[in-house]
Amino acid sequence: MSSNPTIVKFTSVTKSWLRGSGGLQKVSFAAAKGEFVFLTGPSGAGKSTILKLCYMDELPSGGEVRVSGVSSLNAKRTEISKLRRKLGIVFQDFRLLEDRTAWANVAFALEVTGTHPKAIPARVQKVLERVGLGPKMQAMPSELSGGEQQRVAIARALVNDPFVLLADEPTGNLDDRASRAVFQLLRDINTNGTAVMMATHDLDLVRNSGFRSLELNKGALVYDSAEAPLPEREH
Amino acid sequence: MRLALREVWTAFRRAPGLGVLSVFTVAFSLFAVGLFGLVAYNTRLALERLEERVEIRAYVTEGTETDAVAAAVGDVRAFPEVASVTYVSPEDALKKARTEMTEFKDVFEPEFLPASMEVRLKPGMRDPETVRVVAKRLNGYAFVDDVRYGEEWVQKFYSVRRAATAAGIVLGIAFAFAAMIIIGSTIRTSVLARAREIGIMRLVGATDSFIRAPFLIDGVLKGLIGGAMAVVLMWITRAALTATVFAFQFFPAPVLVLCVLIGGIIGLLGSAVSVGRQLKRV
Repeated sequence: MSSNPTIVKFTSVTKSWLRGSGGLQKVSFAAAKGEFVFLTGPSGAGKSTILKLCYMDELPSGGEVRVSGVSSLNAKRTEISKLRRKLGIVFQDFRLLEDRTAWANVAFALEVTGTHPKAIPARVQKVLERVGLGPKMQAMPSELSGGEQQRVAIARALVNDPFVLLADEPTGNLDDRASRAVFQLLRDINTNGTAVMMATHDLDLVRNSGFRSLELNKGALVYDSAEAPLPEREH
Repeated sequence: MRLALREVWTAFRRAPGLGVLSVFTVAFSLFAVGLFGLVAYNTRLALERLEERVEIRAYVTEGTETDAVAAAVGDVRAFPEVASVTYVSPEDALKKARTEMTEFKDVFEPEFLPASMEVRLKPGMRDPETVRVVAKRLNGYAFVDDVRYGEEWVQKFYSVRRAATAAGIVLGIAFAFAAMIIIGSTIRTSVLARAREIGIMRLVGATDSFIRAPFLIDGVLKGLIGGAMAVVLMWITRAALTATVFAFQFFPAPVLVLCVLIGGIIGLLGSAVSVGRQLKRV
């Protein structure tokens, strides 16, 4: 584990659902500023649940989640809103507004968080150029490929300068080439100081990257590469 | 505010049919309630006109000194329930009878009709109980021979009035409730159509109040426009009824303003509830 300050900390976190399936069982780990952490494991292992707990879309049934000083034990809704402005969140299905251009989708994230209108154009342009979409700023999502749409989603996540990017299987809907490009983009973002927590099924990607990985199975944290080298295993 | 208004316009442009449907739902729901209200209002006016006819007549014993009756008229006028008292002399009574019943004008003799006090009560004090109490008090004067006030008619009238009021309240509440459910469902549909947008706003850190603002403005605007449309529809209906059935009174201006405002309030509440539910889910 890094010596940088802790930004995400799970302490004996359990999450149970009314329907009974999935959830988490006493998961504890910490992620540091600037770290790149993979969440791996089979479907239903709890990867997405960990990310949802990080941006407090869900609250734990037991234990504590602490993100950038905000505790799940006493977080108010306004505190959660403010926390999310410092997080970037990316999904497998992009979650773009289909009736707005790439530019408007990214600007939307600044507008709804009260950024001064005059500051918006420059920031949107800068972040879209950063993700390689400078020439396609005025394209509608339907005019973009899957990889490009994911870049718009990443730009939207980055535009508020988050300290951590939470990515839930961001390459899950993409072909190999687009996946590699998106992953390279996430690496670059991490290199520039933003922590990344990425849920993925792609074990080759995890092995080849050399980044820290947390492996989950049936809601339990079964392996943390920060504590031991990654074993050879198949899912 | 500028952004909220822009979002309202964007949402309308994206699904104009849904926006128009919401406005029409508010308009026709309030129109149904308003039409019922118009009938109830006219029924009330008709009953009030009938109620004005409630009067108590105290017949004066023949030969009573005019001074004594004049003094009594002053006393009765001071009763808290009394609006007016008129002394009707035998001559006045005869004149009135001859005017009102021309076919019998030659039958009436001056000594045929006694003098009387015609007592009219204040509005809100014409119920059977008050009428009975005042009549009894008038009967207490030594020179009063008899008191008449159409006891049976007054009681029947008030039974009808009570039934009309109760029916009006029950049906009015039922209509208003049905209207609120219909309007609420329509607004909920338009909020659900924007669920994805709400979800994204939440994920990027918009506060609940910020997310609510465009939906509340949208709801208020649709409600106000729907309310205004309902007023226009009611006016057209009243004009048609007046031309074909009988002269319907239209609501006074403050009621019309209230109708438009109620539209706005329903739109606001409907949106607040719908978006609140949606925010809980994302």
